[in-house]
Amino acid sequence: MIDYTKVLSRMVSQDIKPSGIRKYFDIAESMEGVISLGVGEPDFPTPWHIKSAGIQSLEQSKTKYTANAGLLALRGEISKFLSRKYGLEYQPKGEVLVTVGGSEGIDNAIRAIVSRGDEVIIPQPSFVCYEPLVRLAGGVPVIIDLKAENEFRLTAAELREKITDKTKMLIFPFPCNPTGAIMEREDLEAIAEVLRETNIVVLSDEIYSELTYGESTHVSIASIDGMWERTIVINGFSKTYSMTGWRLGYVCAPAPIIEQITKIHQFAIMSAPTTAQYAAIEALKNGDSDIERMKAEYDVRRRIMVNGFRKLGMDCFEPRGAFYTFPSIKVSGLSSDDFCEQLLYSQKVAVVPGNAFGASGEGFIRASYCYSTDHIKEAIDRIGKFLKEIK
Amino acid sequence: MNIQILNLLAKNARYTVSDLAVMTGLDEAEVEANIKELEVAGLIRGYKAVIDWERLDNAYVSAVIELKVVPQDEYGFEKVAENIMKYNEVESVYLMSGTYDLCVIVKGKTFHEVAMFVAKELATKHEITSTATHFVLRRYKELDVELVNTEKDERGAYSL
Repeated sequence: MIDYTKVLSRMVSQDIKPSGIRKYFDIAESMEGVISLGVGEPDFPTPWHIKSAGIQSLEQSKTKYTANAGLLALRGEISKFLSRKYGLEYQPKGEVLVTVGGSEGIDNAIRAIVSRGDEVIIPQPSFVCYEPLVRLAGGVPVIIDLKAENEFRLTAAELREKITDKTKMLIFPFPCNPTGAIMEREDLEAIAEVLRETNIVVLSDEIYSELTYGESTHVSIASIDGMWERTIVINGFSKTYSMTGWRLGYVCAPAPIIEQITKIHQFAIMSAPTTAQYAAIEALKNGDSDIERMKAEYDVRRRIMVNGFRKLGMDCFEPRGAFYTFPSIKVSGLSSDDFCEQLLYSQKVAVVPGNAFGASGEGFIRASYCYSTDHIKEAIDRIGKFLKEIK
Repeated sequence: MNIQILNLLAKNARYTVSDLAVMTGLDEAEVEANIKELEVAGLIRGYKAVIDWERLDNAYVSAVIELKVVPQDEYGFEKVAENIMKYNEVESVYLMSGTYDLCVIVKGKTFHEVAMFVAKELATKHEITSTATHFVLRRYKELDVELVNTEKDERGAYSL
């Protein structure tokens, strides 16, 4: 008999932990009537004109590989979009790479930059992929625990404290999943001040860039003085246009970096899905009003959810980006894991434990507002009942 | 005039004042005052449920009636339109561009009832030169609400 313990990569089988939500997923699957605030993707269907562009490309038999870097027309639209939205200038040829979701871009960018033993600074709570991908690349994750009292923003002092001569990269996940934190211009200036004289590369995951609420819109760290040359921008179509299943994202960076990332992409992926690329051209050209419409709806839901949690006596800072709230569960006296498990069994509400996004997420839960207002109200009512029950 | 409140109520007329206050960031008194203002100004004309009558066995039927009308001196189409709209059977009346003048939506218990209404009450008016009756066979979407194949949420309970 084959001995799988000897077959499997030690790195993958032992150093990479399975996702923290698997357990809850299995429990929820076995239950009837679960109401979820647990997903990280929009509920809106992809806007019809975008779907239609994908369908049309199929009808015209555009079913071949594209250029490794993606359709030039798409790279051109990406370039225009970043320029008009964030004042970022990237050449369609050489500085833009179309990837299979933002995730592929993150993975390839890390692999293109990180060598064995390099340190990568990861602020947490943040999306779950950074730490394992850094490990797979042979890097050493160095975690910064972001603090609720700073609205989960990264401060210059926190960053400076973790920089060593081995620091190769800073992961920069704003607007942030799961906290909804954003970084405003003055916050970015302070971070840039720390990095400008270094050789540290910033991997700026801006997948939620179009989903910000309140006065100020998203500012990319790449647009701050002296940062363009040291920043890799990740973005994509999933959250902005409700296109998660199309699997399409992009990486923008100075040519010497894109050249290396493209090598990995070319060998691992060849080219991103062609149908999705045609749909994405339409999204960038004619999708601004879709973004506004969905964003207005998210904003209403966001207010309902924050208000709902606060009324239950839960501390909930006002998220300014993405589509999550990250309330404290201190009033319950439970750990994040116990809270999520007991809530699921008792009231059939699915939320994600904060510690799934890093140890500093302990004491919080992530609740997504990618749901109708009635759904959100019902879920919060049930959470209220749960809190009474455990008192 | 608060357009945001108008948009929210257009989506769901049952939002309470406290819901709307949270959603818009206004306080409840402001929301209430705004709604009053919208009602007084005649922007908000009513609050109705969107009902899928086809789910009832004896659902009513409706028809779109195209009317060609001779415009009257001074009044144009106004008088005819205002006269027609008074019938209980008439759900909507619109003045149209194109090949006919008034579009009237008529409802009744049966096709026969609607046909009789058109024949007796509309076709007989001397300002009306012709009618064309188109019965509605199936409703797919009503007032922004999809009535068929409502899309199910296919997302799982959790994803990161």
